[in-house]
Amino acid sequence: MEEILRAEHISKRFPGVLAVDDVSFSLNKGEILALIGENGAGKSTLSLILSGIHKPDTGNIFLEGKPVSFNAPVDAIRAGIAMVFQELSLVGSLSVAENIFANRQPVGTTGKIRWDKLYRQTSEFLGRFDLNLNPRQQVKFLSMGQQQILEILKAISINPKVLILDEPTSSLAESETAYLFENIRKLQKQGISIIYITHKLSEVFRIADRVIVMRDGKHVGTRSVSEVNENDLVSMMVGRKITSLYGDSGKTNGEEYFRVQGFSRKWAFHDISFALKKGEILGFFGLVGAGRSELARAIVGAYPRDAGKIFLEGREISIRSPSDAIHHGIAYLTEDRKGDGLFLSLSVKENLIAPSLHSFTKFKSFLDFRRIDTFAEKSVRDFTIVTPSLSKKISNLSGGNQQKCLIAMWMGTNPKVILFDEPTRGVDVGARAEIYHKLREMVSTGVGVVMISSDLPELIGMCDRIIVMHQGRITGELKRGEFSEERIMAYAAGISPREIAQQEVNYG
Amino acid sequence: MSLASPVFLTMQNIEAILLALSVEATIAVGMVNLLISGGLDLSVGSTLAFTGVVTGLALNAGIPVILAVILGLVAALGVGFANGFLVSKMKINPFIVTLGTNMAVRGLLLVLAQGRAVLNLPPEFTVIGQGRLFGIQYPIYVMLALVILGDFLVRNTRFFRQNYYIGSNERAARLSGINVDMVKIINYCIVALLAGVAGLMITARFGSASVTVGSGLELRVITATIIGGASLSGGEGSVLGAFLGALFMGILANALNLLGVDVYWQNLITGLILITAVVIDVINERRKSQAQSKS
Repeated sequence: MEEILRAEHISKRFPGVLAVDDVSFSLNKGEILALIGENGAGKSTLSLILSGIHKPDTGNIFLEGKPVSFNAPVDAIRAGIAMVFQELSLVGSLSVAENIFANRQPVGTTGKIRWDKLYRQTSEFLGRFDLNLNPRQQVKFLSMGQQQILEILKAISINPKVLILDEPTSSLAESETAYLFENIRKLQKQGISIIYITHKLSEVFRIADRVIVMRDGKHVGTRSVSEVNENDLVSMMVGRKITSLYGDSGKTNGEEYFRVQGFSRKWAFHDISFALKKGEILGFFGLVGAGRSELARAIVGAYPRDAGKIFLEGREISIRSPSDAIHHGIAYLTEDRKGDGLFLSLSVKENLIAPSLHSFTKFKSFLDFRRIDTFAEKSVRDFTIVTPSLSKKISNLSGGNQQKCLIAMWMGTNPKVILFDEPTRGVDVGARAEIYHKLREMVSTGVGVVMISSDLPELIGMCDRIIVMHQGRITGELKRGEFSEERIMAYAAGISPREIAQQEVNYG
Repeated sequence: MSLASPVFLTMQNIEAILLALSVEATIAVGMVNLLISGGLDLSVGSTLAFTGVVTGLALNAGIPVILAVILGLVAALGVGFANGFLVSKMKINPFIVTLGTNMAVRGLLLVLAQGRAVLNLPPEFTVIGQGRLFGIQYPIYVMLALVILGDFLVRNTRFFRQNYYIGSNERAARLSGINVDMVKIINYCIVALLAGVAGLMITARFGSASVTVGSGLELRVITATIIGGASLSGGEGSVLGAFLGALFMGILANALNLLGVDVYWQNLITGLILITAVVIDVINERRKSQAQSKS
């Protein structure tokens, strides 16, 4: 196979940390190479070096056999290495065409943009990827999946030889991910080599040919995807053997504890009722647009509802705002940690006390700093949050530690029911195991957990029951023992059980 | 400084400095809360003049001092409530809202006073601004008391700590059970009330309610809070810092006066100082965020 890119003995030191430690690897033409590792393993730094944003301290990069060195991202792009970042860089108010050919629009002699030519050029370009997008469409009206693909197309439009994708599916739903993968394979067929950075192991097996594992800046190993399984990769990533990621499910106490009845909101969810037992973990699965997050937010009064009642321990409770929910012991942990979960510019301590501020007061209004300190210290210990100090800004912490802070923060409200939206989004494997362990610990004390997740293996591993939603309605419910990925996906796609049975007969 | 001008360290000059900045510092106590919560109020200058005019007209109509003062403060509170309501419930950008109320209130007070200053205020009222305790004029005590009280409250009470959460991440604050709209309305009411207090003091001090007083004041107050560590993007700031910012600007203006620097130059210098303070803030932020993104 023809080698396109080779890196030899790359090292990069930042003050206090050797981010990339003597890494060598090679990439073949038309290959999809997954790059995996926990947060802080050095995969981002390595990709930033390859794309010319950081200069390596030592080491050489060869592109098509010739040594190259980049002083700026432009050099890497000219040489043929393009990178697509996690955050989208599209301009929502501009058209698809203007985004793809940003700053490279065809202009006439007077300097006026030749719109007709721009749109034609874009149509041709989109045609190469069988993409059914209108070049004139404003980008803000596209779905997240379409935007992610557009971002990749923008990078492709300069005809790179190597494309680096940094966690492109982190904000995508399953159907959008499938759509993205289809398009990545098209690129592969056209001879483009791809470095695919991810921490979702399932994606490695779906898309990659080979996989590089990094840990603490070092290259731990390269494997052919066909010769490893998920457990091998996890062990390589964390450097120790993880036997059981999800832990064992405990016994649920039979009595009903929390009940939601007849929740409806036009365009979001319709006539949703479910009950939760003490010590139970109830999963909610659905594709984007299924209305799960809206439902959870409506339960805690952070999203409007047209109808619906809530019962806790047999009594109806009234929840009109998040503060009512906190008061009744119902905690909602958001899926969007940075958007509406944490206070990034504030310290770890200030974050930890945010939802329970009222319980740290003397005479109902003056803050009791000694109790706050005790609580914060205990939280950091109990949740094994790694932080240099309590007064460190929370934005300095890794994703996993931020997520643990989010959990600790809400445990401080002494909740009876926890609605946990995407508990492990953007969290690496090590912290993930700790979060699952913590959830098990919480339910063992009698708390009920509603776990909303798009990560099906996680739901199947953790839950006692899974409810599936499709377009705002409950389409199925399965108990532990009946779980199967096929059935859950079918419910999520809105296919009725009879049709599934039919299909099983057909395929069987 | 005391070398360049022998007057600088005299008691009279120090009192003059404090008296001059008592207006800015009093309002800054409330303004800093707004900046912490990610808002701002450009209407404090007009609110200050409005309170003076309302109280002055009431006094001249024969209304007793205490009622006239209350009337003036209620007028200020009305402006604050309008600002808070429009910002929180109607979700209009605070810059636009308070820019609008600033003009509207200035117009309203000009209509009320028919464009002229309200003169001949009774001595029972002017004593508020001119009276002395231990030889020092009352407004200085009022300012110091408000700064000390404000600093204590903002540091130690749950209510005011909520502003840091709102300024850092409003959506997260809502989910954390903070009644964001109510806190914002109260913030605007507090700053307007303090502008009203400052308006009463300045009106009493001069013995007349001017219709032009306080124009441009909002920017000097905001400058003081930013020099004192607040940030226009919210989540940061303290009352003590805002006071020190006002003190710094007051001392500087005084020094420039004593050195005989032209008043026009003083505006230029104040402007440059504001920009410098913000640039330092931005550089610090950038350095911090670079230190973070090293992994």
